[in-house]
Amino acid sequence: MAANKSTRQGEDLWKTRVEKVNAELVTLTYGTIVAQLCADYENDYTQVNQQLEKMGYNIGVRLIEDFLAKTSMARCGNFRDTADMISKVGFKIFLNVTPTVTNWTADSKSFSLLFDENPLADFVELPDDGRAQDELWFSNILCGVLRGALEMVQMSIEAHFVSDILRGNDTTEMRVTLLRMIEDEMPPEDD
Amino acid sequence: MSYYFVVVSPTDTPMFEYTFGTSKAGGSGQAHFRNGESSRYMNQFIIHAAIDVAEEVQWLSPNMWLKVIDHYAPTNSHISCFMTGTNVRFMLLHQPGGPPAAAGSRTSTLSSSSIAQNPLSPQTDEAIRQFMTEVYEVWVKTMMNPFYKIGDEIKSPAFRARVAAAGRKWL
Repeated sequence: MAANKSTRQGEDLWKTRVEKVNAELVTLTYGTIVAQLCADYENDYTQVNQQLEKMGYNIGVRLIEDFLAKTSMARCGNFRDTADMISKVGFKIFLNVTPTVTNWTADSKSFSLLFDENPLADFVELPDDGRAQDELWFSNILCGVLRGALEMVQMSIEAHFVSDILRGNDTTEMRVTLLRMIEDEMPPEDD
Repeated sequence: MSYYFVVVSPTDTPMFEYTFGTSKAGGSGQAHFRNGESSRYMNQFIIHAAIDVAEEVQWLSPNMWLKVIDHYAPTNSHISCFMTGTNVRFMLLHQPGGPPAAAGSRTSTLSSSSIAQNPLSPQTDEAIRQFMTEVYEVWVKTMMNPFYKIGDEIKSPAFRARVAAAGRKWL
């Protein structure tokens, strides 16, 4: 029931409150950023992943405000609601995808997001230098966005990709783990 | 029918090449050029000569599909060309005839207008046009890959696989 409600909310917001831009503009812009980072760090993909995560973090800490303004959402009751909200409303209104929330751990602190489609990765084929396939997480910016956004609403999380269709895996899967609730609001660290 | 397909950049460097044979009418998909081993460099040579013709023909038509633009009689090779908006040329050399052993048994079942027999028939023209259009779509997607540097050789295995699939489907 709750899931259906958030799906509908996401759909409504997507139709009424969201300004759309050309998908290829986003795809090509993001692709260029990643390609440029790879060039700048001389294909040190660990560094590239970190930088993407940081960029995402800096987006996330702002984007959450936009999200709350657009959606006027109330506080989520538990982490499962949060996951639902991220997938059905958050990803819906910003990327028009709804990744599947699955693989919950028993303590409800860790789940996976399965991306059926990923607008950031259209057209992309990873470089065939023998390392990118194993080291680069092309869409790693999304991990940072989630970390930044949730940190601003008192949730400290850790997110990372565990598989990516671009690498030849069957699915694109991101693992999100709740580390702790932030009790006292701290100033955000300066990345 | 045997085929040799090349993508030539605006500065006349080859970016991609692929040799294949017909898969229609019992063809094996393997190329059997009548000039054998020497076809490997002769085909490149013939295509290179045809680039000059393409540069003249391109001004005569508003279309990207330029049809058969050149003919090399000694090996009975025909060259078709498709030119994209940025002057990248898809050149296809096609040479009728199959493997000599199988040729006798097959000719009776093939009509004279089939693409295996007559390189200038409308059916052949249409098949090659379809092939080129499909390659063009795949090529555009390859250009959109942020890790592909414009002007580089196309190394993408996905591109090669999809060109091969288009070849099987239409030629």
